[in-house]
Amino acid sequence: MTLAQDVLQGNRLALARLLTHIENNTEEGKAGLKALFPQTGKAHIIGVTGAPGTGKSSLVNQLALHFRRSDSTRSYRVGIVAVDPSSPFTGGAILGDRVRMRDLAGDSGVFIRSMASRGSLGGLAAATSGVVQALDAAGYEIILIETVGAGQAEVDIARLAHTTLVVETPGLGDDIQAIKAGILEIADILVINKADQPGVEAAERALRSMLQLGHPAAHVFENHQPKPGHEIPVLSFSTPEVTGNHWIPPIVRTVATEGAGLPELVEQIQLHYQYLKDSGNLMLRERTRLRSELDLLLRETLMSRWRERVAEEEYWLTLDLLTQRKLSPWEAVEELLKKC
Amino acid sequence: MVERKIRVLVAKPGLDGHDRGAKVVARALRDAGMEVIYTGLRQTPEMIAESALQEDVDAVGLSILSGAHMALVPRVLELLRENGQEHVKVFVGGIIPDEDIPRLLEMGVAGVYGPGTLTDTIIEDIRKLTAGKSEQVVSS
Ligand SMILES: Nc1nc2c(ncn2[C@@H]2O[C@H](COP(=O)(O)OP(=O)(O)OP(=O)(O)O)[C@@H](O)[C@H]2O)c(=O)[nH]1
Ligand SMILES: [Mg+2]
Repeated sequence: MTLAQDVLQGNRLALARLLTHIENNTEEGKAGLKALFPQTGKAHIIGVTGAPGTGKSSLVNQLALHFRRSDSTRSYRVGIVAVDPSSPFTGGAILGDRVRMRDLAGDSGVFIRSMASRGSLGGLAAATSGVVQALDAAGYEIILIETVGAGQAEVDIARLAHTTLVVETPGLGDDIQAIKAGILEIADILVINKADQPGVEAAERALRSMLQLGHPAAHVFENHQPKPGHEIPVLSFSTPEVTGNHWIPPIVRTVATEGAGLPELVEQIQLHYQYLKDSGNLMLRERTRLRSELDLLLRETLMSRWRERVAEEEYWLTLDLLTQRKLSPWEAVEELLKKC
Repeated sequence: MVERKIRVLVAKPGLDGHDRGAKVVARALRDAGMEVIYTGLRQTPEMIAESALQEDVDAVGLSILSGAHMALVPRVLELLRENGQEHVKVFVGGIIPDEDIPRLLEMGVAGVYGPGTLTDTIIEDIRKLTAGKSEQVVSS
């Protein structure tokens, strides 16, 4: 049996192995993803982002507990991907998010994988999307992704996740500058965690006034409607037909260490998913995401094919001619493409 | 081309609430370019084996100060084997009486490190062990 077949049979060791291959971008990893792709697209992918120490891991722990609990409507299998930064100097990393997820130990309906960012800057690792696909195919119905706590708008997570939670904490209230506009652009749900600490009211007021200034995402949608022949802007998840039907990000207070506010948060997450489905946005997001993936892959593949066919020397010679102003960049490209 | 990263789980089984040593080792391994999954205090052998499986680690480092190593270590080894992870190298650090070291090595532990071991020694051993160059290192 192949690794992918083992994964579909529910073999957890095979899944763990495949995730390593995907992270290392090996041939086995690519073959596995290829085989599993038809089985993907079933999971609800939820991103959790926010500054370091805001309680992302603690929240993921609580969210997983809630989605596992069968006394609500039903119980879901939960996959967790927790990304931490790699050291830019040594390439090493300490992946410590599991420390806050010990409540999930011993539950075979949960699979937690830690990932190092490995030089990627957007709060995720380059292979996170592949890892999520494998978990999706393996039957994890809820996939929680914790990003690197970089504290800035991480567009990558909004692109990968269906529902993005931005986690803030009290104490930001006095300093409205602390809330970057970009964060509101990617937030589907705003969480004020550590609501047991002073300053919750001020924090909520600050967030609410930001929202009332107009949800910036609505702006993005309206001003950047895709036109034929134009690049679809990164965040254009919406369509002209549904612009009258915005999702305004709710603000939910939580205490992740105790679980307070979690039922409300889970409810909002489920409402958002329902909204995405009803408004047609889910399919649109999916299409936008797959399109950027396709474009990227196409670009990389064309480039590497071209490299295989044209001697490196030719490239450097052309660059020399370009530097000497004997060729224009356009002519240079034409010359180089002629060679293959 | 990405080089294959060495992934190591550093865990603190047992009930003593002291993980300074484990953290020092975790940081040293990170500084040596490894990816260290750190799981925190009071891990049961079951939790350790489960994390090792999900994270597909190459090695597991156990920091044990409580004196319970002769109970904890064989259980971890047994669970790793049950999960099909007999290839994972297990090393033990902490306060281990001399007479227990040969017994641990016999059980299949790859290395035992007492207090005062240079982290460089541990790093070098893990590199050797995970490259498959040696099955066991001499304890220090
Ligand atoms: N008082 C209080 N403390 C909390 C709450 N949620 C988390 N914490 C604490 O905040 C600290 C950081 O929590 P984590 O869950 O590790 O935060 P994180 O955002 O995942 O941190 P990084 O991954 O390092 O960015 C821990 O000591 C938690 O116990 C909360 O609601 N109230
Ligand atoms: Mg965390």
